[in-house]
Amino acid sequence: MKKILLILIFKIILISKASALIEIDITRGNLDPLPIAISPLHVDIKSENFEGIKIKELGEEISKLIENNFRSTGLFNPLKKEAFVQKPDIAHLKPRFEDWRLIKAQALVTGKILVKNGKLKVEFRLWDLAAAKEMTALAFTTTPSNWRRVSHIISDKIYERLTGEEGYFDTRIIYVSESGPKNQRIKKLAIMDQDGANTKYLTLGNELVLTPRFNPTNQMVTYMSYFRNMPRVYLLDIETGTQEVVGNFPGMTFAPRFSPDGKKIVMSFAKEGNSDIYTMDLDSRVVERITDHSSIDTSPSFSPDGKFIAFNSDRSGLQQIYVMRSDGSGVKRITFGNGIYGTPVWSPRGDLIAFTKMRKGRFYIGVMRTDGTGERLLTENYYQEAPSWSPNGRVLVFYRETKSGSKGEGFSAKLWSIDITGYNERRLKTETDASDPSWSSLLSK
Amino acid sequence: MVRSLIYSLTFHSALIFLTILSLPFMLREPINLPPIVSVELIQISDKTSIPYAPKARKIIEEAKKKEKERLVSEQAPPAAKAKEKPDRIPLPNEKKEEKQIVKKKQNPEEIKPQIRQASEFEKKEIIDTNQIAALIDKAKEEEAVKQKKSDKITQSSQKNKFATGLTLSQEDALKAQIFGCWSVPLGLPYDENLLVRIKLKLKKDGTIMKSEILDHQRMNKPDQRFYKVLAESALRAVRLCQPLKVPPTGYDKWKELQLNFNPTEMLKG
Repeated sequence: MKKILLILIFKIILISKASALIEIDITRGNLDPLPIAISPLHVDIKSENFEGIKIKELGEEISKLIENNFRSTGLFNPLKKEAFVQKPDIAHLKPRFEDWRLIKAQALVTGKILVKNGKLKVEFRLWDLAAAKEMTALAFTTTPSNWRRVSHIISDKIYERLTGEEGYFDTRIIYVSESGPKNQRIKKLAIMDQDGANTKYLTLGNELVLTPRFNPTNQMVTYMSYFRNMPRVYLLDIETGTQEVVGNFPGMTFAPRFSPDGKKIVMSFAKEGNSDIYTMDLDSRVVERITDHSSIDTSPSFSPDGKFIAFNSDRSGLQQIYVMRSDGSGVKRITFGNGIYGTPVWSPRGDLIAFTKMRKGRFYIGVMRTDGTGERLLTENYYQEAPSWSPNGRVLVFYRETKSGSKGEGFSAKLWSIDITGYNERRLKTETDASDPSWSSLLSK
Repeated sequence: MVRSLIYSLTFHSALIFLTILSLPFMLREPINLPPIVSVELIQISDKTSIPYAPKARKIIEEAKKKEKERLVSEQAPPAAKAKEKPDRIPLPNEKKEEKQIVKKKQNPEEIKPQIRQASEFEKKEIIDTNQIAALIDKAKEEEAVKQKKSDKITQSSQKNKFATGLTLSQEDALKAQIFGCWSVPLGLPYDENLLVRIKLKLKKDGTIMKSEILDHQRMNKPDQRFYKVLAESALRAVRLCQPLKVPPTGYDKWKELQLNFNPTEMLKG
């Protein structure tokens, strides 16, 4: 009897001991950008020449472009090619993982290109060097002159695989190109690839253009232009170049923006000195009044699910940001901080609203949750405004002007981008001065 | 009758006693424990580590000042690295513990720490113990204030204290090593509850025999892309860290380890 008891007690002790698996919480890590090696793409010897493109250098060019894309994110650290230990063709078949690990790379991109019968075939592989396995591999076929876009698409695929979120490299930015002295600025609509290449001018510059905005579902743009000194809202199809005036209102229309499904335009519209928010259905051209208030309501922006609209209003005295249902009901003030708030833009992810804030003569670009909490100011400067989201909701592009002298000397306007964490502020390269940027959705979507 | 009653009573009371000992929910709310601070293993010189204490205090104070400054400005927080610094500074009391481990490694005969502390060598080096103790206490107090700010950490560390068979310094050494190897995927959303649990089977030298993600089925769901990315980064960290800096003894205790990778705090910045 005693023995049984003892055995029982022993067993209980053993069980309680065995169940205690050691757990360790890892709550911190390395915040440095991920070291990634992007090997030049191997050019197949069977490749034929193609008019105007140096095929032999194309492998190098594509890898450079991918590298630049990654460096611009601030999330990756592309390693110097001088340190690479393996030839592109061999690396693409089966990399020597231990050699690549030696140069502290954690991921490796290899690839191969072949130009034949006027077609460019690009294939790439992404390798996880620590696990010594392939993470993803894809091949694309296109015309050789399209190599930049293929490189952007490849960058997107790698970015998506390594971060879990959509990329934003195969996109374009439309903006207002500015030139000339400050009091006689020539403003033209311009569009470029996200990395600054392929700039095209869409208007001639004889009329003032303002606030171009992309349709989130396709490559249409809405913008404002002055016609006989009256501001009008225009629609522009980038592929075909056709443009049309959206309605003809007696008053002044401002700040048009598409709804998330691209079927409506929301804008503010001034009548007898009072500005309110209206939507217009693009098919039926029916205009609907959304706000009816004696204060000035401007800068409307839809939430990505189309259920809410954020806008500016001075109904409480100073200009603040408000949110309402898309039918105009349930208006709620969301900003209460010191200063003036403006240009609310709903993130494509739906979780944040970007805004411009002015306080004590300084301008800030910031983000906050959609209920106004968690305000974070990302950047401060003399003058900056008009944030626009990258399609994945990770980066903001905006423009910044410098202080000028009494005669307008030293004045410049440039495009900048910043990560929503507040890191990685960068100037975007544009051919001329630039303002009012708007980021497109993914072209290949 | 009486005999069996006595048996029954002793048996039951023994059971209740054991339950109290081994079940976590029977634990009272723990008394204010000293905070756990992660420590990087540093080579300790032949002398004692105590002269570092005032320096550590200074750095902690400086870091505090910096934090205050940061609160004033409304800008997004700059350089996350700077934030990490104060936590990594080894506190003198922990250093002592570490030193003990290192010593054990060096001469395995010397097992009992009490004996070691009583050695002549130690006595020579330590001159004014009272003063030193005061310094240590001060540093502790400061850390404790910091600790109160984040309850989360306290909770998890308490849990660890109960569950692990490792000493705090052993655990911290492991943590610090993995902190260094883990490249946190910066693109992750910070408001999602992401936690990756990895179970490791280790060899005696700290190399990994087997690593396994505990919620493996979550990896391949299409709406769990962020989880997958995080899990992969955690696996990379573990592999890159090999061999892990495991304690020289007690292999049975740590031959199986569970690592919980949680980036939430970091991503919030």
